[in-house]
Amino acid sequence: MAIVESKLGPRAAVYDFTLPAGEPWLHMIKQGQTFRIHDLEGNQAVDTLFYSAADHDDRYSASDTIRRQGNIYLSTGTQLISSEGNVLMTLVADTCGRHDTLGGACAAESNSVRYSLEKRFMHSCRDSFLHAIAHADCGLSKCHLTGNINFFMNVPVTEDGKLTFADGISAPGKYVEMRAEMDVIALISNCPQLNNPCNAYNPTPVRLLIWD
Amino acid sequence: MNLPPIDAQRVLWSEQLPGGAHHSFPIRRGNRLRLTDLEGGANLSALFVHYDEKTERYNMADTLKAQHTFYLTRGFVCYSDMGRVLCSVTGDTVGWHDAVCGVSDAHGVEAKYGAAPYQTHRNAMYRNGRDSMLIELEKWGLGKRDLVTPINFFSKVTVSEAGDMRFVSNHSPAGGEVELRFEMNTLVILSSCPHPLDPSPVYAPKPVLLQAFRSEPAGSDDFCRNFRPENQRGFCNTERYYL
Ligand SMILES: [Zn+2]
Repeated sequence: MAIVESKLGPRAAVYDFTLPAGEPWLHMIKQGQTFRIHDLEGNQAVDTLFYSAADHDDRYSASDTIRRQGNIYLSTGTQLISSEGNVLMTLVADTCGRHDTLGGACAAESNSVRYSLEKRFMHSCRDSFLHAIAHADCGLSKCHLTGNINFFMNVPVTEDGKLTFADGISAPGKYVEMRAEMDVIALISNCPQLNNPCNAYNPTPVRLLIWD
Repeated sequence: MNLPPIDAQRVLWSEQLPGGAHHSFPIRRGNRLRLTDLEGGANLSALFVHYDEKTERYNMADTLKAQHTFYLTRGFVCYSDMGRVLCSVTGDTVGWHDAVCGVSDAHGVEAKYGAAPYQTHRNAMYRNGRDSMLIELEKWGLGKRDLVTPINFFSKVTVSEAGDMRFVSNHSPAGGEVELRFEMNTLVILSSCPHPLDPSPVYAPKPVLLQAFRSEPAGSDDFCRNFRPENQRGFCNTERYYL
């Protein structure tokens, strides 16, 4: 776990927005810009997907990313690799230590499986993603939703192959920062999950900043 | 130890998939597919798509997290993004099938093994998993956006506490078997190209025997259904769909 702090100050940011829990966010990040996700209150899962702005089918690929770096956790130095093998983003600072990309987004349908059939009607990340792309009219469809990054989520894998959802390793004020290596569309669901103890059953806002 | 022999009267078809080849076919709900690693060391990448509604497809993350697992073996089921069970792993003599690492691409195969195009190598050309799966997806009106992380049957990749990945060579023995029971009408997309993390410098993909046969639906005492409480709910979602 490489803790690397950023030298960038919020006042120099060209974009500064606080995203409440349970809300989606769809935004263009230009090549060379730096993007920070700031976990304001701690242990908030920020479900994130990236697409090449020029070709939405060239999108974040969890498998390519972990395979390229030989490690399942994301942290400073990790390159986020697309399905075409291109570098979308490079993580340049991280005060949390590691982030998950295996657990995917919560969904009404998977909540019904994971928790109980009655949980189907609770708010979920997948619904947030679908809400955002339905309104954006930018050519993204359900088929573009694939395995995402869960920034600030701790999902350790044991050597005997168990996937565990451990207590969060993030805390109020932790952040992760990445440089866009091409023009990308970022799609975020600030997770509304109320069934998972990782966030103490309390989804919270995150701050999103962009620097030129 | 082998799986029990298949009753000859139940066999629907049987076919050998050569190493480095690709194939796709529908398989109906209620039928099973037995996969046999004929020589040992095979890798069979598989994607599952709901045949009647092709936007519904196998979902790696939902499969892993619903069952708290990094790999598949007997008992685990393959979830779609709609909270339903596409198929169940009803038999397995190999013990671990990779569900995370994805497939090789053209660049990776050429970098590792060198160039072997059709012009010089004819059908011994080096194919890669990604292009193989894209070819099969396109046959059914699907494409790049539908290519998600498949399962790599017969391959094992573990991770250390620090998260470092390790490919386990010679994991699957000759005669290794895994068996799937389909709970939904499913389009099966297959590639027998080498696993992308296989460190062997020699391109030597292995053949896999495919045997489809009729079977019984999952009863209330079914092993996969009762493997986890999540799977009981997954089967409930699936059976509701077919009411
Ligand atoms: Zn969520």
